[in-house]
Amino acid sequence: MNYLNEDIDSLNEKLAQGTLSADQLAQDTVANIKQTDDKLNAWITVQEDAKPAADLDFSKNKLAGIPIAIKDNILTKDVKTTAASHILDNYIPVYDATVIERLKAAQATFVGKTNMDEFAMGSSTEHSYFGITHNPWNLDKVPGGSSGGSAVAVASGQVVAALGSDTGGSIRQPAAFNGVFGIKPTYGRVSRWGLIAFASSLDEIGVMSKRAKTSAQVLNVIAGADEHDSTLSTRAVPDFTKYIGKDIKGMRVAVVKEYMDAVDGEMREVIQEQITVLENAGAVVNEVSLPLTKYVVPDYYIIASSEASSNLQRFDGIRYGYRAEDTKDLLDVYVKSRSEGFGEEVKRRIMLGSFALSAGSYDRFFRQAAKVRTMICQDFDRIFEENDVIVGPTTTTPAFTIGSEISDPIKMYNNDILTISANLAGIPSASVPAGMVDGMPVGLQVMAKRFDEGSIFQVADFIEQTNKFYEKTPTGMGD
Amino acid sequence: MNFKSTIGFEVHFELKTNSKIFSPSPVSYGAKPNTETNVIDWAMPGVLPYVNKDVYRLGIMVALATHSHILPNTHFDRKNYYYPDSPKAYQITQFYQPLARDGYVEIEVHGKKKRIGIHEMHIEEDAGKNTHGTNGFSYVDLNRQGVPLLEVVSEPEIADPDEGYAYLEKLRKIVQFTGASDVKMEEGSMRVDTNISIRPAGQKELGTKVEMKNLNSFEHVRKSLAYEEKRQAQVLLAGGRVQLSTRRFDEATGKTVLERVKEGDADYRYFPEPDLAPDHISQEWIDEIAATLPRSAEERYSQYVNEFGLKDYDAQVLLQTKESSDFYDKTVAAGADPQLAANWMNTQVNGYLNDNRVSLADIKLTPENLAAMIELIKNGTISSKIAKKVFAETIANGTDPKKYVEDQGMVQLSDTSVLEPMVKAVVDSNPQSVEDFKNGKDRAIGYLVGQIMKKTRGKANPKVINQLLNQELQKR
Amino acid sequence: MKITEETIKHVAVLSRLEINKNDISQVTEQMSSIINMADQLSEVNTEGVEETVQVVDRDTVFREDKPEHWQSREELMKNVPEQANGFIKVPVIINKDEDE
Repeated sequence: MNYLNEDIDSLNEKLAQGTLSADQLAQDTVANIKQTDDKLNAWITVQEDAKPAADLDFSKNKLAGIPIAIKDNILTKDVKTTAASHILDNYIPVYDATVIERLKAAQATFVGKTNMDEFAMGSSTEHSYFGITHNPWNLDKVPGGSSGGSAVAVASGQVVAALGSDTGGSIRQPAAFNGVFGIKPTYGRVSRWGLIAFASSLDEIGVMSKRAKTSAQVLNVIAGADEHDSTLSTRAVPDFTKYIGKDIKGMRVAVVKEYMDAVDGEMREVIQEQITVLENAGAVVNEVSLPLTKYVVPDYYIIASSEASSNLQRFDGIRYGYRAEDTKDLLDVYVKSRSEGFGEEVKRRIMLGSFALSAGSYDRFFRQAAKVRTMICQDFDRIFEENDVIVGPTTTTPAFTIGSEISDPIKMYNNDILTISANLAGIPSASVPAGMVDGMPVGLQVMAKRFDEGSIFQVADFIEQTNKFYEKTPTGMGD
Repeated sequence: MNFKSTIGFEVHFELKTNSKIFSPSPVSYGAKPNTETNVIDWAMPGVLPYVNKDVYRLGIMVALATHSHILPNTHFDRKNYYYPDSPKAYQITQFYQPLARDGYVEIEVHGKKKRIGIHEMHIEEDAGKNTHGTNGFSYVDLNRQGVPLLEVVSEPEIADPDEGYAYLEKLRKIVQFTGASDVKMEEGSMRVDTNISIRPAGQKELGTKVEMKNLNSFEHVRKSLAYEEKRQAQVLLAGGRVQLSTRRFDEATGKTVLERVKEGDADYRYFPEPDLAPDHISQEWIDEIAATLPRSAEERYSQYVNEFGLKDYDAQVLLQTKESSDFYDKTVAAGADPQLAANWMNTQVNGYLNDNRVSLADIKLTPENLAAMIELIKNGTISSKIAKKVFAETIANGTDPKKYVEDQGMVQLSDTSVLEPMVKAVVDSNPQSVEDFKNGKDRAIGYLVGQIMKKTRGKANPKVINQLLNQELQKR
Repeated sequence: MKITEETIKHVAVLSRLEINKNDISQVTEQMSSIINMADQLSEVNTEGVEETVQVVDRDTVFREDKPEHWQSREELMKNVPEQANGFIKVPVIINKDEDE
């Protein structure tokens, strides 16, 4: 079966009433994935023996027995976790990520691991050792990335919800490209313990689903304090579903001039329509400026790559992962294992990061980027003094054609211009489907101040109720 | 030409915690390879470090004991380098904002006092261990990975090898008496790296540094520095140039040997560790730690000598380790006479420890029992001869001396109504001794005392017997 | 800024990555354009601005000094490419300071 017309509430009702068994649900889900994934390639690992947890409690746990997709950079004990890299293509984790522990405690069912750009570096899921993932709205288009597999799994109805990770837009951009909701919570909201690190100060685990409420339900389960993550906030986690269905009247909505200037034509019209909808419903719309927007791409690529260059040093062929053969000494093991184990994009970023941190470059690159990051944070603080949310486009264009940008890294990097500021500032941000452009979905990005995911759910749900995008079905998969 | 030396030290201390600095794995020695490790020590994908509070606490103790300025805000940094014993390929250390700066220790060399500045001290993690096989392979054990270290970096203010030696001695004593580290070079809980450069007298600019790492003993440090002073001077006098290099001390020849020449500083790409939050060290916490800081060796010395009247030598022996000084202090606190307690500690207790190759922590003797035994001697309940038996029992089995003495009937015989007839009988049956005594042979008394001791199985109070014997002999 | 092949070779050494001799000029060109994209940041006046290296809402996160044993060494060793007697086996170790 597929979940194009289901959500957590509807499945929970059927399971509770006994019209559907959790075992059946698990089997049907796996069967459907196997049937549809030939075309999509959204999964790296499908757990064919997927089974629900024992003693399911449907009234206590909304997620009980419900299959959830997990991006393949989140560790699942005893289930292969690869980060879509050759260097980890046989890696079997010996512990669960905190988010997995929590989903297990909530009795969710695990059916497998989704495809992604290698080590979450990319915006198209073309950089995977396990092949390209295809957009269900048009198989010739990229699904976005890096959480492309998770977005496609949700958009194609393979699951009702998926976990992704977002370092510079890796949840929101694929959500936009696939016509689903996706949220990157506040930095420090969800534990990173067990997330294979890309850039530690930017990485955040989040959720993707057709409806905002579904993501709120999953976020309720995975968010909150964890002693393993010292950068995690200890503040209480509100019930995010309380913001669903809340009126937006009087809400102060900022529209960033530079973000709107980044889109034109039909794209701009669709976004403008959504803003008008909010205004008509009583929101107060203010135009604001983020003058540093033109610098966020360089700022992000310096910081993210610097951290990544260090985080990925542990993949050295010594303790786990791929070790090259025919090595003559230790240096050879390092260099050959890494050169053969990493893909081109990962190597580029490691090189950029090593450069930015190296003697003689540190002040000009890393330190300067850390300073500009301060200014970017201050700009957001200023806007949020007078506004509750910022809305605008999630991406500059709808999904592009597979292969069209992969040879031009800088063009690819610029795809992230609208999403990466939220990671630099640590603020929560989501993409909610806004409409169709050239036959492909596009997303409205909603940002809020730190730890105010609630306002995002409130606005996203309102948009969703108005444009009813969730009634649309991807058209690219044929029969 | 005259040359001036500039010597600096980087000393690593293993901090004495139960668990590692960034993971809860136990810290222990001699465990089987890789058994005291967890996913964090292995740098498995997805792991994050979390900081052991006691590492800071112990570091702050050393900072306080060296008059260092503790930074209110510190942060960890990553030092990036590849080596099999470094699983993350970076070490988490404090580079930009260390624990403390600008401290000093005071040394005394040839009767002259001098302050040696401490540039900074920071906390960091130790690496694992590589064992090199002969078959073209090495073997990695990660048990030591993540053991907490405190690195103390001196200012380059040390002028000669003797000052260097004194600095190390003093620093070790200070750290030892905070209790923050075991400071044992042979076990690696204190590791010494040194560097030395020389320059012609009058020249301001420092010469080229030569480093020597992981020296085995303070004596080796002194010898290697002395050798380097001469060697570098010869190089310069011959018109040569000292190479920026690392050298090794060869114990057999007493010379230093070139290990490798450095082209420049290694590119460690230090940057702030994003996985850890900044650490704010409040004055409140510092004060709290200061209140628990054990007394320094200097303070103790002054009390031992000035208040207790101990000889310099006795005080020094007690202060050789914090454990022995602590034991002594507790013995005195339990009521023992300070001089007697010092005598017992430095002779009998130390003798026992040496004979049995154990430490104070391993034996059953408690300061309370030692104090009780000393009291029994002092108040005349037991003789010093009996005391040796009591001590042997107490130290071996932890027996309460008072109870033991009573149970064994070892209480000293001082009752004259019992001893007088005995003395008479002994004198009666040894006329030769009486004769000898009258002829001025003092050792006759000794013989008679021995006879009485034999009869009382050593319990007679020697003072009383002497008195009675003298009286009796005068009568004859 | 001018990025030379020497710089890229040095960065590759730091990164423990191999660049094929035939590819070095192309890699240098590509890395040069990426580095120059990043270098646009030099235009921003950041005088007197503090650095932000992370956005966290708490500090001084400490763990109590309580040791915990991991359940089994075998589990930790199970992904090791080569091992011997509980050790991780690696080819002979070369000079430590490769990054000089």
